[in-house]
This record gives sequence, structure tokens and C-alpha cells, in this order.
Amino acid sequence: MSAEIKYVTTPHPVTGVVNSKLGIWLFIATEVMLFGGLFSAYIILRVGSASWPKADEILNVPLATINTMVLIFSSVTMVMAWASLMLKSLKKFRLYMGLTILLACVFLVIKFFEYSGKFHHGYYPSTNNFFAVYFTLTGLHGLHILGGILVNAYFFIVAGREWKNRPKMFTNRIEGAGLYWHFVDLVWIFLFPAIYLV
Amino acid sequence: MSTHNTEDMLKHIKIYIVIFFALAVLTVVTVWASYIHVSEWLHVTIAMSIASVKGGLVVAYFMHLISEKKLIYAVLILTAFFFIFMLIVTMTASETMGPLVPDFW
Repeated sequence: MSAEIKYVTTPHPVTGVVNSKLGIWLFIATEVMLFGGLFSAYIILRVGSASWPKADEILNVPLATINTMVLIFSSVTMVMAWASLMLKSLKKFRLYMGLTILLACVFLVIKFFEYSGKFHHGYYPSTNNFFAVYFTLTGLHGLHILGGILVNAYFFIVAGREWKNRPKMFTNRIEGAGLYWHFVDLVWIFLFPAIYLV
Repeated sequence: MSTHNTEDMLKHIKIYIVIFFALAVLTVVTVWASYIHVSEWLHVTIAMSIASVKGGLVVAYFMHLISEKKLIYAVLILTAFFFIFMLIVTMTASETMGPLVPDFW
């Protein structure tokens, strides 16, 4: 007996959207609550504390600003990768997807330098609540970046075969991967000012 | 998205590039605004307002929410409700609790 779940590339008659897209949006909904819970913990810890350090004196704001730009740029290259498939250009897709993966790696390398700077100064998640919040939120976000790199790298590798055999399905999958990637960018857009600047 | 033709897509690409520059400028504004001397709460309000505008642009244009189906909106309205509810509970709890520990830092 085959248990294969058929991939349907056309919108479902009841929902009006392609199943995979609805699935990704539901997943993003759970992600909103995951990060929302941690944001709530941050608010509780911060409002409940008698004093809180000035983040921009301890954290590296220039590095984080560069990282914000890197992530915004990667969001544009991601949406351009999808647009390239819509314009039926596999060559351009490879260029933009490659750039997206590269930029995501740049983000993680910068993050690595940021973290090692903190460890070098003896700052760990156990140091105090400020660093507990900093490492938990940016660490979880970093894991999401890593997850995005893995998914995008997979699509980058199988692009030739998938585009040849199942172009519509492949385009839908890139749109789904894009939705996730933009969400990861969105989280950073809020994390950056919340942790580094205020 | 199957109804897109080439001309439409090229228009979309132009919009993506405009949004990119808007996001870059707003990032600079966010950092600049953090150096203004105002109260902590005003700082938080300004920073989160700019972040909301940036987030709105990403969601609307990169995630195509500006032209999405009703069901996706329904999912997100429900998510927004629970998210905001959680934050309200957190904030009211924080206000009534007062300092948890004399000094966290």
C-alpha cells in the first residue's frame, strides 16, 4: 500500500490556496507564538528588574547594523530567486539563490565574531538576565538562519532536476522557502532594535 | 500566483528594489533615532514603530500579503489576536508585579 502524499500544484477548491502555501503560513503562525513567548519573557525580565544595562554600550551595534543590512539584502535576493522562476530563468534563479545562501552565511560569520567577542570578555548566558535574553533570542534566530541555509542549499542543488521535471511544484516550493526566509528577516527587524538599541 | 505574466513580474521586481531601499533607509533611521536623548519609553516606542513599518513592508511585498487569499488573512488575524493577547497579559502582569529581584544586572 502506498502512503505517498500527492503534491498538488493547483489551489485547493475549498481554501483557494495551494496546500503547501497554507502549510507554510500555519507554520509561520506557530513561529510567531514561539518568538512571541520569548519576547514576553524579555518584557517580564526587563520591566521586573530594578536596573537594566545600556545595550549599545555592551553590544556591538555597528556589527548588528551590518547584519541587518545583510539580511534585508538576502530577503530581496530570495524574492528575486522566486521571480526568476516565474520569468522561467533557471540561470537567474541560481544566481539569486546562490547570493541568498551566501548572504545568510555572511550573517552567521558576523554573528560568530559577535559571540566570540562576548565570550572573550567573559559574557555568557549565565552571566545575567540581560545576556540570557540576548543569547536566547539571537541564538534561536541564528538557528533559524541555519535552517534556512539548509533548505535553500537543498533547493539550489536539486534545481536543475526539479526545474526540468516539475517546474510548477519547484516554483511553489521556492515561494514557500521564501515565505519562511522573509519571516526570519522579519524577526530580526524586531530583534535588532529591541535588543541592541533600546 | 499562476496568473502572473512577464510584464506583471517585471513591475513586481521594480517594487522589490524600491522596498529594499526603503528598508535600508529605515534601518539607518532606527540606529540614528537610538541616539536621540528622550525617555526610555519613548525610545522603545520610536524603535518599535519604525520596526513595525519595516516589518509591514516585508510582509506586504516580499511575502505578497498585499494580494493574498482570504484564508491566509484569517489565519494571520487569529495569530495576531493570540500574539497581542499574550503581550497584553505580559505587560499587565509586569506592571502589577513590580521589581521581581532588587537588581537583575
